[in-house]
Order: sequence, then structure tokens, then C-alpha cells
Amino acid sequence: MSKPEINLTINGHERSAAVEPRVSLLDFLREDMALSGTHTGCEHGVCGACSILLDGVPIRACLMLAVQADGCHVTTVEGLCNDDGGPGVLQDAFVEAHGMQCGYCTPGMLISAQALLAENDDPTLEQIKDAIGGNLCRCTGYVQIIESIQLAAARLREARS
Amino acid sequence: MTSDPGRNLHYVAKKRRVREDKRFVTGNGKYVQDIVLPDTRHAAVLPSPYPRARILSIDTAAAEALDGVHMVLTGAQLAADCNPIRLGLKLPGIKWYPLAVDMTRYAGEWVAIVVADDAYIAEDALDLIEVDYEPLDAVVDPEVAFAETERFVHPDHGSNVLYHGNFVWGGVDEDFAAADERLDLRVRWGRSATVPIETFGVLAQWNEGTEILDIWASIQMPNFVELMASTLGYPLNSIRLHQDVDVGGSYGVKRGIKQSVLAAYLSRKLRRPVRLIEDRLWNMAGGDAHGPDRIFDTQVAFNKDGVIRSLKIRALDDAGAYPGRAPFQLAKPISALVGPYRINSVQYEAISVATNKTGQVPVRGFGQAPTNYMIEMVVDAVARHLGLDRLEIRRRNLIEAHEFPYKIPPGSEYDSGDYQTVLQKCLDLARYKDLLQRRDRARAEGRLAGIGIVTNLEPGGGNNIFEYLMDPTAEITTFMEGCEVRVDSQGNITGIMGTTTSGQGHETMFATILGEELEFDPDDIRIVHGDSLSSLPTRSPIASRMAIMLGSAAAGAAGRIKDRAMAIAAFNLDLPVAQLEYSAGTVSDRNDPSRKLTWAEICFIAYRAYHKLPEGMEPGFQAQFVFQVPGGGKLPDENNRVGIYPCFSFQAHIPYVEIDPGTGRVTVVDYAIAHDCGTVINPDIVRGMVIGGLAHGIGAALYEKFAYDDEGQFLSATFADYLMPSVHEIPDVKDVEHCTPSPLTSHGQKGSGEGGYLGAPAAIASAVNDALSPLGVTVHELPMRMHKLEALINEANTK
Repeated sequence: MSKPEINLTINGHERSAAVEPRVSLLDFLREDMALSGTHTGCEHGVCGACSILLDGVPIRACLMLAVQADGCHVTTVEGLCNDDGGPGVLQDAFVEAHGMQCGYCTPGMLISAQALLAENDDPTLEQIKDAIGGNLCRCTGYVQIIESIQLAAARLREARS
Repeated sequence: MTSDPGRNLHYVAKKRRVREDKRFVTGNGKYVQDIVLPDTRHAAVLPSPYPRARILSIDTAAAEALDGVHMVLTGAQLAADCNPIRLGLKLPGIKWYPLAVDMTRYAGEWVAIVVADDAYIAEDALDLIEVDYEPLDAVVDPEVAFAETERFVHPDHGSNVLYHGNFVWGGVDEDFAAADERLDLRVRWGRSATVPIETFGVLAQWNEGTEILDIWASIQMPNFVELMASTLGYPLNSIRLHQDVDVGGSYGVKRGIKQSVLAAYLSRKLRRPVRLIEDRLWNMAGGDAHGPDRIFDTQVAFNKDGVIRSLKIRALDDAGAYPGRAPFQLAKPISALVGPYRINSVQYEAISVATNKTGQVPVRGFGQAPTNYMIEMVVDAVARHLGLDRLEIRRRNLIEAHEFPYKIPPGSEYDSGDYQTVLQKCLDLARYKDLLQRRDRARAEGRLAGIGIVTNLEPGGGNNIFEYLMDPTAEITTFMEGCEVRVDSQGNITGIMGTTTSGQGHETMFATILGEELEFDPDDIRIVHGDSLSSLPTRSPIASRMAIMLGSAAAGAAGRIKDRAMAIAAFNLDLPVAQLEYSAGTVSDRNDPSRKLTWAEICFIAYRAYHKLPEGMEPGFQAQFVFQVPGGGKLPDENNRVGIYPCFSFQAHIPYVEIDPGTGRVTVVDYAIAHDCGTVINPDIVRGMVIGGLAHGIGAALYEKFAYDDEGQFLSATFADYLMPSVHEIPDVKDVEHCTPSPLTSHGQKGSGEGGYLGAPAAIASAVNDALSPLGVTVHELPMRMHKLEALINEANTK
């Protein structure tokens, strides 16, 4: 099968690769780009474990082909880290409030929360619920995830003021 | 063995970060799908479209000819080379192989497997396999399966009955005769499970040079390596399970034995690593990860004052096609068969049947959630019958704080508890009087509103002796957990545990207890997961047991490290041990603290100065401890009485729900839970598991069902069909802890991984029935889905 070349920016780095047209963006990121933080959940767009930011917008990497991301800016959970690889503000808030258990849905949750907080660092409870409404978590019952996002928002506001 | 219950705790029970979290938020978790070995081959499986069919032929030639395909394997080929997977009960005529042999027994059962260069090619090849089936009528309804005399899921077994037993504990007939009243109730627990977001996955690599099979898997299972060895015919010590793999959720179901056998077999055949990652459709239908599916018929005898005297319980469970350990999920609840109530006697008829459905595996609580649901519905039915308040009937029947330890009729001894106080805490938390007013206002406005009240137990610690009740040849009385603690020559502490973790925070719990006992900051203690060849015995994180078992083992190993430090100091200071005091690694003379040995000096002596070691002491600085379950080690008496689990956590749940009378949609508006698992080791971990379990219980109560049609076709293969709660379905949860320490564990801790799930389904059902009570109808079947409630409401309104 022919492999068209695609060029895209992943977590701030310009990358180019030859990829089969049928390969999903999720598999491309995990297998070809060695970014295993983005997880495979349902592979039919319901659970949100594979969420990434595409040009700043949260999308499901399982529902998109890698070739469709040609020319786009992709952010994965690895891209939310500080330059030294340590947790960024949002990630650290998830640790502080223990907004996870097994950690499998966590990258997707972080991506959805990042998209919210980039627009609004003072979200209401309902806005937080709407932001993560498409991300399923089987461990936490969501309460500590909501608290993590609230903590991150408070820290972002503090840093801004 | 609670050590100094009054002492000051430095790390246990304190708000502390969970060490596992940092790798998860930064994308550094190591799940099975993240492990890459060079030259790995990828597998894909072909599911059966029929619930029951004869396999007449399988033509794999076209698939094998596809470029990039290395092997296509069928059940007949595999069965010639391996043993059937060992079942929990000895069931003649039932042979469970990883791929269907001659006959398919449920829709979605795996019929063939393809191995190719990548997963895409492997899936392409599936389309090229030609299977000729002769469809047969399926056995679908469990009651029909039980009565069936000709059509059997396993024809060679000669029956669909996997287990049928009857137990009587105490004077049931006498108590029924003496009681003022009795009533019958049928309740039904629907087929659901925990459905982790990560499917099951496995990577296997046979090494012909070392003759070791390495396995990385998304596994949570005792006996995994033993089952692999017996199925493949290998010695146990040729299989190395890597237990440092992060597991993306399990809650009981990650029992991928057939998947792992397939990957291992293919790896040895192909001399390459083989990876099998279930896709969601294979997982839902053919991953053998469904939960209990149970009908209870219960008779209860009680007095006019609401005192419950006795129960006669009949439980019929649909185990699906391949039973595995499913029948035992009827036996474990015997550990708390009368709930938190003072019930004098109980009769239990347990029946497990096979049907043409996906196999059942252990689910969070191992059968306790359905049993607790039944008990609470029975208590509510008695209250309704007597016109007694649901709160009052519980207050009259709960075991009182002064009665512990309390032995129930089947023989388990509840270790400790203060049920009335926890219930009161829940009432306070829920602002119960205000909540009643809120409900009544909503009703006055024409809405259907209800409050749930349940009190329930979470047995913790495990103990396989319930197997003996079903099979007296299963004399298994050992139920252990081991760990090792090493102090290196620099004085750093490392704890080695022997099991995978699937979100429970074991590393944090283990480090916290080591830090507490050795008086070091837990953040400076390293925790690693040993592999199955290098670590001590484990029974894996089932049965709400790790805080109890690994926690107590950790305290035991830490005690041995301290003993060694004291012995080295005593020898070098020339003082008796009794005159020495241990403090954060330094050992000093009680009478003259300036006479001491520091931790660095002790470590130096242990590793470098043999001449300063007491005579006979081996060099190095390490300790092992294998903890046996408290109260275990005994066989049942002649009346089948036996203590099954050691520790009993307790909760009270009070949810508030409203039901849309037009659509039947239930909204859980508020939820209060009071929880007592003894000493909480890490508050954030316990709170997360309690609320997470509760959310999972809301799913089981309202949404989640593995549905089949009347012909046995599977209807819930996707997340659009199997509905799980999103954040919008989970209410504002208020939670409060109470601490009644267990006398049986290192720090008074009990289990907490299952509790929320063991009460929430009953609590939501109690609330829904309260909401429906003005209509004079009740629901006793889970899940209580919208269309069913809508029909019930419409029917009641037209009467």
C-alpha cells in the first residue's frame, strides 16, 4: 500500500512521516511517533481515552485518519508537561487532588480539561462537567477529577493575578 | 495484631500524594499496549456470529496466503496441543479451550486467530476465513436452562447445571414457625460488569534459549501463572509474569487467561513476540468478562415489631457458557449472608447454570453486590408490609456495637463495627429531615421523588475456603500475601510486592506503612513490583484485601528489619536489646542516648563489616514476610460453618432521586455515604474508591446491561449499547468516614475497594421504589432502565 507523506506539528515539534492512508491518528501517534500517553479505549468515539488537541480543539484520535492531520498542530498529554518533562499546572493539580486511579482515562481527561481552561480559567461546575462529559472514567466516579480541575483553575487564576 | 492503637501516626491516615499519579498524568504509565519488543507479531480474532452452532469446517487458506500473515490457528489445532483451561469446580464433560472446538457456545466466541505483521493486516485476514456453521437453538433463559433435559450448552456434561447446593445454618424451620409473619420476594440482578476503559491485552515472548515464557499482560488474577502452566503443560517456573505492567482498570474482570494462552502458544510456534490487544467488540462479546446474572427468591420470617428472624434464599445464577470461577460467586457472599443484621438463621439454595452467553468472571465484590441488593430489598419489603419506616427497621435489626466480634449463622465472625453511629453520621450528612421535606415538596409539585436508605457490608481480606463449601475436595486453607523489604548499603529502603496494580494505589499504601513502621518519609522509599519468578507468593488484589494483607505483610517485614537493626546495635553497643530504642533508623541506649548506632552505621555493618555482625547473622539487610489471612487456615465444621473473610467494612447510603414521570428517566440528585473501613491508610485513595464504586453501582442500578435477544444474539457490543455513567449521571456526592479499627490487622485497616459498589445499586433501587410508592408499584429488577419505569408508571397511572 502506498504511503503518502504527511507533515504536522506534534507537541511543538515539526514531524514528517510516511503513513498508510488507513492508519488512524491514534495508532499513528502511539505506534509511529512513540507517544503512548494517548490511550486506546473503545475505538468508536464514545469513551474519550484517545482525546488529543487538534489545532487547540479536543478531538478523538480514534475517529480520524493520520493523513487528515496533515498540516495540523497536535497536542497530546506529553505536550502538557513542563519543558523538563515534569507535570504542568493542570497535571500537578490532578496529582494533588488524586483525580485518577488506574490512570487510563487520565490523558483524555487532561486534554479535555486543558481545552476548557485555555478558554476559561474560572469555569462553573456545569462548564467542567460539560467539558469532560465525553470522557468516561470507570474508577473515580468523577468527583476527584472535578476537584482537580477546580484546583487547577484556582492556581491558574492565582498565577494570572 | 494492631500495634499500639493509641500511638501517634506520622504518615498513615494523613493526606499525602499518591505516588502512582505522577507517571499517569505525564503519559509515563506503562500499560501492556505501551510495551514494545522488536519484531513483534500482532494477533486478531474471529468471533462466532451464532450463539450456538456446530462448526462444520474452517477454511483458512485464503487468509494464510495474504501477504504479511504468519499463521492462522483454529480451535481444533490448538486443542491438539494444549490442555483445557482448568475450571473452578470439577465439571465432567466441560472443556474450555481458548478457541471454540467443534461447536460455538455463545455469540462472539473466538473461533480462529490470525497473526500478522501488524494489526491491520491481521484484521484484513479475518475477512478471508471461511467458516461453515450449522446454527442450533440456543439455551438463553437461565430458568429454562435449569429445567432443560435435552438441550445442553455442554452436551457431554449431560445437564446445564454447574452447581446445585443447599445449606441450612441454624434453626430455620423453628424460626419460621415462631415468627409472626413471612413474605416472599423475587429480585433480579441484571448481567453487567465493570467494563474497564482498557480492554484486555497481552504480550508474550517465548525464549528458546532460556526456555522462559515472558508475559506482560493487563492482568488481575490469582492463579494466573498456575493456569497458564497447566493449560500449556509447562512447569510453573518456566513462566515469568511481569507484574510491573500498569493495568487500565479491572475491578475483578481482567482475567485474560484464554487470551494469554493464545499469545503464548503462538509466540512459541512463531519464535517471535506475539501481541493480542482486544478491540472493543471482541472484548464486550468474547472477552469473557461478564458479571453475575442472578435471580433471587427469598422468603423472610419476621415479627410484627419488625425484628427479622430468618431467611430462606434461593439464588439462580446464569454463568454463561464457560464457568471459570463463576459458581464461586454464589459462595463468597455466604461470608455476609445476613448483611449487617442480627438474623438468627438462614437457608441458602445456590444454583449455577450454563447458558449460551458470554462467560462470567469475578466482578467487584465477587457476588456480594447482588446479594446485598437482595438483602436490602427484602428489608424494605418487610418495612413496607408492616408500615414501618425503612430507617426504623434497620435500627431495630442492626448488630449493636457492643456485640462484636459477632458470629453470624454461617460462621463468619464480623470483626468490629459501630453500625448505628455510621448510620447516624449518614443521616446527619444527608440532612435527613430537610431531605424528607424536599422530597415531600417535590411530590406536592407532582414530581416522583424518593430517598434511598441502605446499610451494608463489605467483606475484606479474602479466603478461598468458600470453595470447600461447594467442593469438599478443595482443601485450600492458605490465603496469603508476601513482600520483601531491602535496605541497601546507602540506607535506602525498597519494598518489593508481587502483584500488578489496577488503580488501587498499592505502591503508595505499601510505602506509607513501611514509612510509618520504620519512621522514614514514605516518599523516599522505593516500591517495585517483582515478577512472578522473583517475588514472594501473592493472591493478587482481589477481595478488598491489599490494605489488610499487603499492609500487614509490610508491617511484618518492617518489624523484622527493625529487629535486625536492634540486634546489630545490641551486639556493637554490648547492651541487651530490651535496653535499646529504635527511632527513625537510629538505635540508642534508653539510659544514655549518646550511646547509639546510626542507620548509616548499621547499614555499613550489615554490608561491609562481617566482623561486627552478631554471630550467626547473615550479611546484607533484608526481610521477607508472608502474611496469612487472619482467622483463615480452618476447614468448615460438620454444619458447614466457617469463617470466610476476616474484616467487615460497613456503609450507610442515602441517595435522593427524582423520576421524570413522562419518560421514566431517573436522576440521582444527591448522594450521602458514610463509610467505615477501620483505619484509612491514604484518605484520597479510599475516598476515590468509595465514590468510584458508588458511581459504578449507579451504572449497575440504572444503565448497564449485557443484553441478549430471545435467540441468544448479543445486543450490547459497543459503548453506545452498553451504557455507562458519564459525569452527568453522577450526583454531588457527600462522604464521611468513621473509624472502627479492625483488631486483626497491622493498623486497624479493613478493605475499601469494593464497598461503594456493594451498596449503591441497592440504595438507588430503594430510592426509586420510594419515588414510585405513591403509585403503589415497586421495581425489583436491575438495571431499572427508562423504558421499563415509563411502562410501569403508565400502567399504574391508568389503573
